[in-house]
Amino acid sequence: MTTATQAAPAPRTTPAAPAPPRVIRPIPMSRLAKVELRKMFDTRAGFWLMASVGIVSVLATAAVIIWAPDEAITLETFSTAIGVPLSIVLPMIAILSITSEYSQRTGLTTYTLVPWRGRVISAKVLVTIAIGVVSMFLALAVGTVGNLIGSTITGLDPVWDISVATFSSIVLANILGMLMGFMLGVLFRSSAAAIVGYFVYSFVLPVAFGTLAAFQEWFRDLQPWVDVNFAITRLFEGSLTTEHWQQLGVTTLVWLWIPLALGLRAIVRAEVK
Amino acid sequence: MISVESLTKQYGPFTAVDHVSFTAETGRVTGFLGPNGAGKSTTMRVMVGLTPASSGRVTVSGRSYRELVNPGLEVGVLLDASAQHAGRTGREILTIAQQTMGLPRARVAETLARVGLTEDEAARRVRDYSLGMRQRLGLATALIGEPEVLILDEPANGLDPAGIRWMRDLLRGFADAGGTVLLSSHLLHEIEVIADDLVVIGQGKIVAQGSKSELLAAAGTLVRTADVDRLARALHEASVVTSPIDGGLRVDADPELVGETAHRAGVVLRELRPADGAGLEEMFLELTALTSRDDTAREGAAA
Repeated sequence: MTTATQAAPAPRTTPAAPAPPRVIRPIPMSRLAKVELRKMFDTRAGFWLMASVGIVSVLATAAVIIWAPDEAITLETFSTAIGVPLSIVLPMIAILSITSEYSQRTGLTTYTLVPWRGRVISAKVLVTIAIGVVSMFLALAVGTVGNLIGSTITGLDPVWDISVATFSSIVLANILGMLMGFMLGVLFRSSAAAIVGYFVYSFVLPVAFGTLAAFQEWFRDLQPWVDVNFAITRLFEGSLTTEHWQQLGVTTLVWLWIPLALGLRAIVRAEVK
Repeated sequence: MISVESLTKQYGPFTAVDHVSFTAETGRVTGFLGPNGAGKSTTMRVMVGLTPASSGRVTVSGRSYRELVNPGLEVGVLLDASAQHAGRTGREILTIAQQTMGLPRARVAETLARVGLTEDEAARRVRDYSLGMRQRLGLATALIGEPEVLILDEPANGLDPAGIRWMRDLLRGFADAGGTVLLSSHLLHEIEVIADDLVVIGQGKIVAQGSKSELLAAAGTLVRTADVDRLARALHEASVVTSPIDGGLRVDADPELVGETAHRAGVVLRELRPADGAGLEEMFLELTALTSRDDTAREGAAA
């Protein structure tokens, strides 16, 4: 054998060496949650949606300080002013966390790297709830600062009229709102459909039920057991009776938990394209 | 190694994949060839658990995909380079894969360099990427976990000729180092350049499979002459099967026999050569014609 017959191998730009046998560990839930959290912030749209929680809180607080009459400068006023826009922003965050996998088709990669879709969805739920809770504390902090500034301007003593119990039930109400958005995202797997669905859920249905209750005697007593928004809204006022809690349980079972379960069942089985 | 056993996928009355069986061997690049809509992508989606099979099964290194505990480290997958969030940067997309798999952070820069994306390109958002750049990024996502198996759907789509050669070298190196590569294409010439083995699919069914040299050798001889009829008669007398082509014949015999027959019959030849891939090409054109809704596939196969 001569060296002349040994053809030089074509130069390899990258010698791809498949790894030797190695220990492969399962992907822990904490890692999935970390990745899902990252995915909520790593686009301009996502970043500004998250930033809008802070921006909305500050704007609403400024509006109260500027326009509210002196006697209305209380923590509750701030909380309501911040809470209304947040009750729309937070469910949008929840919706997009799930639907972007489908509308942007990133699910193709996500579910290939993590074929257990239930775990991916669980990580998303965990992160969504965590974001909800953190946002509420952020809103509380902004509201508190606003209340201090406002009362300094008016010269009156600051009024702290939100108890820990009330704050907790407001947090719960917002989490339920986010889960509502999440459920619609899981059910429709399309951003547009889920967002429209959310507005129907939170603005059209309450009006429909309210009208029905106003004009139909028989429905008046039934409404708290049927209208989920009616039941959730009571959380903002605090101090729920046992019956109120039961109504919250029944309405969320029908409007949230059952559709969520159906949606999850479908999402785990559906083809990802 | 990837093993597909009698895989079937039905959508209502429509059978997208019909009892498909083949093996992609370790150390080889297997080309999965078929016109658009033949069932390549569906087969590949079933392989990685994105689409449930109606029946049959697929194993990767002897296990089903869902049994892998961290699939990215064992199987590199690229199904659609455009299926990425347009608002993320290339580096961010690769970082998500790196974090999901639990790999060291340095692997991101290494892999970007390996697929030929510059720092500057990696910092751009994917909406500003060309298809070729998306393919490189998709390939990076597949390679970052240093898997032993690659499953790539149309990876050469959008690459220029230099890019295709680059990919051939990359995949060749990967297979030579003991890896398994399955890649699909609807372009015969593209897959001829890259693959060792071919699996040809049409309308959901496997129509041919074997090593590239086998399939090409089966093509016989190409002969051109001014007197096609006389040569055809002479060859038929020698019980050789022929089929007419433009200005000549394709003959199921080696060139020596055809030359001898022509000499005895006194026919002057213009051209006599092994019909490299002509048979495969004809078969592929027929397949494409059957589903003739995609002209680019036909042009590509004829190119």
